[in-house]
Amino acid sequence: MSLADLLAGVIFVALNAYVVLGGADFGGGVWDLFALGPRKERQRELIAEAIGPVWEANHVWLILAIVVLFTCFPPAFARLGTLLHIPLSLVLIGIVLRGSAFTFWRYGADEEQRYWGVVFAIASLITPFLLGTTAGAIASGALGEGGGGDAFYTIYVAPWLSPFPLSVGLFALVAFAFLAAVYLTLEARERELQEDFRRRGLASGVGLFLAAVVALLLSLDGAPRVRDGLVFAAWALPLHLLTAAAAVTALAALWVRRWRVARAAAVTQVSLILWGWALSQYPYILPPDLSIAGAAAPAATLRLTLGALALGAAVLLPSLYYLLRVFKSSVRPT
Amino acid sequence: MPDLLAARSQMAVSLAFHIVFAVIGIAMPLMMVLAERRWQVTGHAIYLDLAKRWAKGTAILFAVGAVSGTVLSFELGLLWPRFMEFAGPIIGMPFSLEGFAFFTEAIFLGIYLYGWDRISSRAHLWAGVAVAVSGAASGVFVVIANAWMNAPAGFELVNGQAVNVDPFAAMANAAAVSQTLHMTLAAYAATGFAVAGIHAFLLLRDPANAFHRRALEIALIVGAPAAVLQPISGDISARHIAAHQPVKLAAAEALFRTQGAAPLTLGGWPDVAARETRFAVEIPYALSLLAFHDPHAVVKGLDLVPESEWPNVPAVHLSFQVMVAVGTYLALVALWTGWLAWRRADLAHNRWFLRAIALATPLGFVAVEAGWMVTELGRQPWAIYGVLKTRDAVTPMPGLVVPFVTFTLLYCFLGVIVVWLLYRHIIRSPAVPEWRGFYMPGGGKRDAGGVA
Repeated sequence: MSLADLLAGVIFVALNAYVVLGGADFGGGVWDLFALGPRKERQRELIAEAIGPVWEANHVWLILAIVVLFTCFPPAFARLGTLLHIPLSLVLIGIVLRGSAFTFWRYGADEEQRYWGVVFAIASLITPFLLGTTAGAIASGALGEGGGGDAFYTIYVAPWLSPFPLSVGLFALVAFAFLAAVYLTLEARERELQEDFRRRGLASGVGLFLAAVVALLLSLDGAPRVRDGLVFAAWALPLHLLTAAAAVTALAALWVRRWRVARAAAVTQVSLILWGWALSQYPYILPPDLSIAGAAAPAATLRLTLGALALGAAVLLPSLYYLLRVFKSSVRPT
Repeated sequence: MPDLLAARSQMAVSLAFHIVFAVIGIAMPLMMVLAERRWQVTGHAIYLDLAKRWAKGTAILFAVGAVSGTVLSFELGLLWPRFMEFAGPIIGMPFSLEGFAFFTEAIFLGIYLYGWDRISSRAHLWAGVAVAVSGAASGVFVVIANAWMNAPAGFELVNGQAVNVDPFAAMANAAAVSQTLHMTLAAYAATGFAVAGIHAFLLLRDPANAFHRRALEIALIVGAPAAVLQPISGDISARHIAAHQPVKLAAAEALFRTQGAAPLTLGGWPDVAARETRFAVEIPYALSLLAFHDPHAVVKGLDLVPESEWPNVPAVHLSFQVMVAVGTYLALVALWTGWLAWRRADLAHNRWFLRAIALATPLGFVAVEAGWMVTELGRQPWAIYGVLKTRDAVTPMPGLVVPFVTFTLLYCFLGVIVVWLLYRHIIRSPAVPEWRGFYMPGGGKRDAGGVA
C-alpha cells in the first residue's frame, strides 16, 4: 500500500465519519419534517437537543475530506469542482440553509421559529440527496476527461442527472434517516418517544434495503465498475455477507429493543456499504481514468499531510471523546 | 457579465461575507471568556448574563461562519480549479491545520454552549479558552495560505509545473508574519470596537445601565490594545510589500513613477490615463520614509511593469486610504481610552468619548474589508503573484453569473437575518430592573456589594 493509497484511505475515513455522524444530523432534520402523531413537538425537541451540541463538529469531517482531497489529489478536486459544479453548488446552498436555519431556529423568537424549523427540515432533505447524487456520479465513472463532448448538458448535467446517481442520492437520504432514527432511540428518555423512533428505524431500515436493491439494479447499466466490483471481485461475497448480517442485526435489535446493539449494527452496515464502494473503484480516485497514484501530489506533500493529520488527530481525538462523553453518555436507555 | 468577472465577484462576495464572521469568531470568544472569568471572580450575575449573551452571539455567528467557510473551501474548486490544481500540494498544509483548528473550535464551542450545567465551572472556562485559542489559530492558518498567494515560495517552476515542492517553505513565505499579525490584530480591534460602539450608543441613551457599562469595558479591553498595536503592524506590512510586492504598494499609494524621496499621497483620485493623482495632498519624503525608513530611498512605481499588469489603481488606492484613515482613528480613540482608564475616569458619563466609540461601531469592519480589497485587488491580474494569472485559474464552466447572483442573494438574506437576531437577543438591554440603578463611577471596583 502506497502513501497515496493511505491518504485516499484517510479521505474515506473522514467521509465515513461524516456519513455516520453528520449524516445522522441530516437524518434528524428529515424526521423533523416528518414529525407526526401526538408527540410531534417532543420529537422535534429531542432532535434539536441531540443535534445542537455536535452538528458543527460533525460537519467538519466533510471539510477535512475536502482539504485532504485538494492537498493530496489536486487534479481530482479540480475535475470534481468543474464537472459537478451544479450539484455541488446546490449542496452548498443546502449546507448553508441547514446550518443557519438550525441556529436561527434555536436562537430565534418563538413566533418565527417554526419557519426556520421548516427551512432546516427541507434543507436536511435535499442536501443528503444531492450529496449522494454526487457520490453516485463519481462511482458511475461518468467524470472522465473530455468524455462529455462539447454540449453544456452532456458535460455539466448528464453525469449526475442520470438514474444511477439519483438512486444513490435516494439511498443516502434513506441511510441518513435510518441512522438518525436508530440513534434517537438512545437519545430519548421517554418510552413513547423511543417507540416512535423504533418504528421509524424499522421502516427506514426496510426502505434502505429497497433503495439498495434499486441502486444495485441501476448500477448494472449505469455504473459498470461498481457492478463488477460488487458482483465479481474476490472480496465481494464476504462483504455482502457481512453487510447483510449487520443489516439483519440492526433490524432485529430494534425489534427486540436492544438499542445499543442496533446502533452499532447500523453504523457497521452503512460503513461497510461505503467501503464496498471504495473497494469497487480502487485504484481509481475518479473513475474511469484518474487513478490514486496518477492524481497524487508530490511525495513531500503527502508525507507532511500525513504528519499534520497525526498531529491534528492527537488534539482532535481526545477533544472529540470529551465532547461525546459530555453530551452523549448521560442518556440511560432502558 | 463575463464569466471571469462573475467568478471573481462570487469569490469576493463570499470572502467579504465570510470575513465578518471569521473575524468575530476570533475575537468574540475572548470577550465571552473574560466576562465569564469576571463572573467567577466577582460573583456578579451581570457578568454571567454578558458571558451568556456573547456566547449566544458567538453561536449564531460561528454557525454562519462555519457554513460560509465551507462554501469557500468548495468554491476554491468550483471557481478556481486550475489554481487549486497548481496550489493544492503547496499550500494544502495550512488548510489541513486550519481544518483541525476549526474542528477543535467547533468541539469546544459545543461544550461551552451546551455544557453550563454538565461540567465544572473551571472546565467550562477552559473550554471557552480553547474556543478562543483555536479560533485565532484557524485564522492564522488561513491567512498564511493567502500570504503565499502574495509571496509564493516552497516550489520551483519548471515549464509551468511546480517541482521540488516544500510545504514548510511555502508556509514560511515572506508575507506570512506581517499578514497574520495584521489580520489577527484587525480581528480583535474590529470586533472589540464594534461591540464597544453598540454599548456606547446605548449608554448615551441610558447612562445608568450597568449592563452596557460592563459590556463596554470588556469590549474595550479586547479592542483598544489591538487598535494601538495595529499601526505598528501596518508599518511592518508596508515595508514588506515595498520590498516584495512593489506593484501593490505603488497602486495603494497611486505612485505612477519610480522615484527617490517619494512623497506620501493622501486622498485624491488616481487618473490612470494621465498617470497622475488629482486632488491629493502630498507629504514630501514621507513614502520613502515609511516604506524603507529612509527619506531618500527609491520607491518603485507602477512604471515597473506594463499597464496590462496593473491592478485597478483607483480601487486599490481608495481602499488603502480608507483602511489607513480608519486605523488611525481607532488607534487615537484607543489611546484616549487608555488615558481615561489610567486616570480612572468615568467612561459612561463622558458623552464625547461615548460618541467617538459609537462612531467606531462599523468602522473596524470597514477597515477589514478595505484591507482585503487592498491585498486581493492589489495583487491582480495575478492569482499567485508572478506565477499564475487569475484569468488562467478560472473554471471553464459557462454561465457563472447564475451562481454569483444566487449566492449573493443568499448572503444578503442571511446578513439581514443575522443582524436582526443579534439585535433582538444579544444587544437589547436586559429586563432586570435592579441592574438599572446599579452603576458605580469608580470603574467598577465596588462590585462585591452588588446585586446577585
